[in-house]
Amino acid sequence: MAEHIFPMNRAVAGGALAAATVLALTVGPLVAVAGRADGSAGLGPADWAALRFTLLQATLSALLSVALAVPVARALSRRRFPGRAVLVTLMGAPFILPVIVAVLGLLAVFGRNGLISHALGLFGLPPVNIYGLQGVVLAHVFFNLPLATRLVLQGWQAIPSEHFRLAASLGFHKSDIARVLERPMLKQVLPGAAMVVFVISLTSFAVVLALGGGPRASTIELAIYQAFRFDFDLGKAALLAVLQFSLGAVAVAAMLALRMPDAGTPGHDRPLVLWHGQDGAARLVDALWIMLAGALLVLPLGAIVARGIGGIATMPAPVLAAALRSLAVSLGAVLVGLSLALPIAFGAHALGRRHPVAAGIMEAVGTLAIAASALVIGLGLFIMLQPLGDPLRWVLPVTAVVNGVMSLPFLLRALVPAVARIETRFGRLADSLGLVGWQRLRHLHLPRLRRPLGFSAGLAAALSMGDLGVVALFADGHQATLPLQLYRLMAAYRMEQAAGAALLLLVLALALFWLFDRGGRIGAET
Amino acid sequence: MRQPILILIAGLVAAATGAMAQDRPVLTVYTYDSFTSDWGPGPVVEKAFEKQCGCDLKFVGAGDGAALLARLRLEGRNTPADVVLGLDTSLVASARETGLFAPNGITADFDLPVTWDDPVFLPYDWGYFAFVYDRTRVAHPPESFAELIASDLSIVIEDPRSSTPGLGLLLWVKSVFGDRAPEIWAGLNRHVVTVTKGWTEAYGMFLAGEADMVLSYTTSPAYHMIAEQDDTKAAAAFRDGHYMQVEVAARVATSDQSALAEQFLRFMLSDAFQSAIPTTNWMYPAVKPSGGLPEAFDSLVKPTRALLYSPPEARRMRDQALSEWLSISSR
Repeated sequence: MAEHIFPMNRAVAGGALAAATVLALTVGPLVAVAGRADGSAGLGPADWAALRFTLLQATLSALLSVALAVPVARALSRRRFPGRAVLVTLMGAPFILPVIVAVLGLLAVFGRNGLISHALGLFGLPPVNIYGLQGVVLAHVFFNLPLATRLVLQGWQAIPSEHFRLAASLGFHKSDIARVLERPMLKQVLPGAAMVVFVISLTSFAVVLALGGGPRASTIELAIYQAFRFDFDLGKAALLAVLQFSLGAVAVAAMLALRMPDAGTPGHDRPLVLWHGQDGAARLVDALWIMLAGALLVLPLGAIVARGIGGIATMPAPVLAAALRSLAVSLGAVLVGLSLALPIAFGAHALGRRHPVAAGIMEAVGTLAIAASALVIGLGLFIMLQPLGDPLRWVLPVTAVVNGVMSLPFLLRALVPAVARIETRFGRLADSLGLVGWQRLRHLHLPRLRRPLGFSAGLAAALSMGDLGVVALFADGHQATLPLQLYRLMAAYRMEQAAGAALLLLVLALALFWLFDRGGRIGAET
Repeated sequence: MRQPILILIAGLVAAATGAMAQDRPVLTVYTYDSFTSDWGPGPVVEKAFEKQCGCDLKFVGAGDGAALLARLRLEGRNTPADVVLGLDTSLVASARETGLFAPNGITADFDLPVTWDDPVFLPYDWGYFAFVYDRTRVAHPPESFAELIASDLSIVIEDPRSSTPGLGLLLWVKSVFGDRAPEIWAGLNRHVVTVTKGWTEAYGMFLAGEADMVLSYTTSPAYHMIAEQDDTKAAAAFRDGHYMQVEVAARVATSDQSALAEQFLRFMLSDAFQSAIPTTNWMYPAVKPSGGLPEAFDSLVKPTRALLYSPPEARRMRDQALSEWLSISSR
């Protein structure tokens, strides 16, 4: 179909090139690490226990995040209320916070010394026990529910407004709307959303330790860390990274198998008009969901703001310099991310129906980057860059590239379905008009891709802003990014300044996210 | 729109590469990240040494002590490092085995509670691990592990697999209790709120009120007294004794700046370096500075028994203590 965007083979070649680049950046470092190993102890019972716990927490985190995202996204899609735009923007926030900041924010609400425990104390009840599997899953839901909600919300917004109008005029009952319009959309969107949350939770490590309550809650990433810094067993580190990567691959394969192709009955491409769910009961249910998700989001964020407000005015110069460096890195990451994601999205679509497996693999490669261990990627790149002289020279560009690659799963989740929808709806029309190549991209795709492009670029920018990433492995005193400076302030006992830096990070990342996301929505035709 | 971004990126690359072009000899010192941060000893030390060496002192940070050693092992004999600063006694045996370090011929009058005569690794600071608490929340701190186990206090500790203090606690328990260590851990685990990745998380959670005590150093309260005029934080003195952390530096055998490296190690034991340690690294200096220690250090807990495994013992005990801890704590 999309041979019309570019001649088919060019689209496929572009996608293949982008996918190969991603593969080189994820599998390459792994091979480099394995290549430096001399003999390995192999995996022990502790590693298998870590594998089991990793699977358990990642599955629960994915299922719960997605299950909660559906009612929240439906509520947001059919309600308009003051503060809705702010809430939707804030949904990008938890995701971008450095772990330690998010954990302290969550503890201010759910901790033994948190709001809820204090409230329970007023009634003579014992404090909440957040530490354990429940805490790990809660934190991952806090991180990922907003992301899942935004992905599902996009699905709702993509249902042509005429369909709801038609349903209303045909006197559809709620259950009919759900069956005919909503469920097919969910089958298309949910597997992808669940898979992304699963893969993110797969590599989680510091959150799991902080809230897991002890070594019962150990993940594969921790085992990798131990193999590297405790045993200096590079073979084992690589082996564990392969294991983690394989789990991610299974999840992606499951997603591709479960996902329904977009039915995509064409509409007239008009903005959504609210036709459905306007009765009192639906309003009440929606209000409850929005309040619940809002509280889960806003209370911990509020705690972070409250802690940081005292320190933010007195930020020392090194923190501000680091903030500028982080901004540059995250813009670089967006550029890298988009220049890989767009070719993959078009390439996968061009391969599309004729070679569904190849298309699936292309998309999977882009998505899998995040399942690669951050430690092993950093380590491998370090080994690979060593022959080029001082690796320090490459710290910031490498960080931008790695962050760009790590943001691919989110870019692809937003772009792939959007490209498919556009082609299904307008492909034939564009064909008959003879729109091909750049003209087709400009007149057909870009105007309709603005919203997902803006959203995903915003996510990529914000994500890169908060990521400690590879910088932590090899940075000198002069090239620290904002998250690294934040950790350094804490390591120097300066918790108040660190809280200020955390707030600065939150504000900057949200501003970036808002700019891109808003930029994508202003004047967007759909 | 796109051009400013490209200029920005080009500028960054240029800035990163431009810094290399200098005529003075460069002394590359690998250290852990918090040493070289703007709030650690790094900037003070760099300025003072550059004043006397006619060289460019370049600190390269790499995570913590263990990550530092791992990085050095990765680079092997090609390492650009001239000096490595920031290993501790639990890493010394593995570091020595790499054969990458050279003896220095420096002797000093160390102010350490243990005797030190290692021809290769020179201590520059040290401290005692301890449980730190808040006086306003804990009226009667425990005075031994047994009292802690019998109390109803909660503690937050660090994971020995990812944190130096975490490993310190493991060796502390092992050095006091030997074969009884698993039994002690079974008791301690009832008080453990959680086991964090590193000191930063643990200390942050303690300050947020998530636990009554946190595994840190006897010198931690000095920070709160000096920088925040807050004397509510204190370390619990244990009759069992306190395990020590001794941080060391050594010159790298493959360095082409061995004279400068030696000069740096001597400088490391001089007043200019040592007097910066108490209030930037918040540890005890290895050689007492002529000006003495800041007043707040006088009020700190002084353990009666200093515990420390020799490097070979520490390496042997490490794996045993870890597997004991894991099997008890994973239940």
